[in-house]
Amino acid sequence: MSIWEYANPKKFMQTSAWALPGLIVLTVVCMAVGLVWGFFFTPDDYKQGSTVKIIYLHVPAAMMAINAWAMMLVTSLIWVVRRHHVSALAAKAAAPIGLTFTLIALATGALWGQPMWGTWWAWDPRLTSFLVLCLFYLGYIALWKAIENPDTAADLTAVLCVVGSVFALLSRYAVNFWNQGLHQGASLSLDKEENVSDVFWQPLVICIAGFVLLFVTLVLVRTRTEIRARRLAALLSRERLA
Amino acid sequence: MMPDLGKYTFAVLASYGATIVLLVALVAVSFWQRARVKRALAEVEARAGKSDG
Amino acid sequence: MIALLLRDLRLSFRAGGGFGLGLAFFLLVAVLVPLGVGPEGGTLAKIAPGILWVGALLACLLSLDRIFALDFEDGSLDLLATAPLPLEGAVAVKAAAHWLVTGLPLTLASPVLGLLLFLPERGYLWLVVSLAIGTPALSIIGAFGAALTVGLKRGGLLLGLLVLPLYVPTLIFGAEVVKRGAAGMEIGTPLAMLAAITAGATALLPFAAAAALRINLR
Repeated sequence: MSIWEYANPKKFMQTSAWALPGLIVLTVVCMAVGLVWGFFFTPDDYKQGSTVKIIYLHVPAAMMAINAWAMMLVTSLIWVVRRHHVSALAAKAAAPIGLTFTLIALATGALWGQPMWGTWWAWDPRLTSFLVLCLFYLGYIALWKAIENPDTAADLTAVLCVVGSVFALLSRYAVNFWNQGLHQGASLSLDKEENVSDVFWQPLVICIAGFVLLFVTLVLVRTRTEIRARRLAALLSRERLA
Repeated sequence: MMPDLGKYTFAVLASYGATIVLLVALVAVSFWQRARVKRALAEVEARAGKSDG
Repeated sequence: MIALLLRDLRLSFRAGGGFGLGLAFFLLVAVLVPLGVGPEGGTLAKIAPGILWVGALLACLLSLDRIFALDFEDGSLDLLATAPLPLEGAVAVKAAAHWLVTGLPLTLASPVLGLLLFLPERGYLWLVVSLAIGTPALSIIGAFGAALTVGLKRGGLLLGLLVLPLYVPTLIFGAEVVKRGAAGMEIGTPLAMLAAITAGATALLPFAAAAALRINLR
């Protein structure tokens, strides 16, 4: 039993079909509990008032926006090294999800920044790097769309993903250098004392779990769609030849 | 039932609204594509007269 | 290698080549910005470093698709790929040729444009130095983008979308050097970072670009 067994499309389809119903239920439950708890049953912060409720959307979306890119990097590398098609298709399936999470993080951040910082937007390092991340997602998706041959597209986007990751890190460092930020430090960390307090923390963890589950579920659904689309294209071209 | 959001009502509601709209759109597009590809594949497989997938 | 460099240079000087086009574009940006912003010296002096760097970047972008597109169409890229010279070397040479016809003229012309934009006197030296160090990175990153999109019919817009985010670190450090230089501040750190990006990109990106070319030629 090795993880590479799931690189076989058939095996992947079987296992994901078995796992999906449970995952969907879990996702819906987690998202519903986390968001309802966060929205209706948490107190206001003494400094931020009710805007603290935005944290339950902003932090998980921002985390997953970065993690989605990391997942795309890993799957792209697996494709480059081991040539498993499922891996390349998973990277393709994840990109629009990552883009959506990036947009959510930017939108909720702007809506929170308006009353708190008095501005919708600031050229703060974190905000700017998210805008750059958004551009990377757009370029990656556009490159997939532009190339007709699926294997060429998978190869070229994988190369772009690897090079883009290096430059995304560089940009992160560069914008840090370029402007000191308004944005507060990390909201969550394991080793610091100054975390957010428990009342906010518990629903936040559930929301993060909900976003992670949502990401996994959507990646599986979309990868299955991509595999079917690939099979469809193969059958159609075989028909045309016959 | 509605919690009192004070003077930040707009910011909080708009955040939740925007997030839900974006997520619902993403989920809807994903499942719509899934249904479309699944239907087309079923059609072609029926025509090919075999189902090995 | 030298023969390839000379060939690329000759081709770009000929009619329809990129030479002069980028330079003219750079000049246009420097003329259009005061027309849009207004002629006040104080404002222009303040934004001059940023404008000059953004202008250089866009001027560079204009001629990127020429690096590989023509050779791809007439098949000479296939010959280069099978030549004894490694494709990585060919990529580096072509990027160098691109720099010689765009980056270098831009660097040399930049003091004149600085004059138009009232760049403070202390800034001129650092403007030229930062462009001289930074524009090679623009060419080599651009060559990577051009290699990715070489097989596409309408690659031009996509090339811009792919390459501009990759230009972000170069732009930030480059403009920072000029800004600090013009204000008489310490410029060591951004200058070192700019040089590091150029050195790193020159060392590593030819391999990525050559890999992309091989995929496109498959």
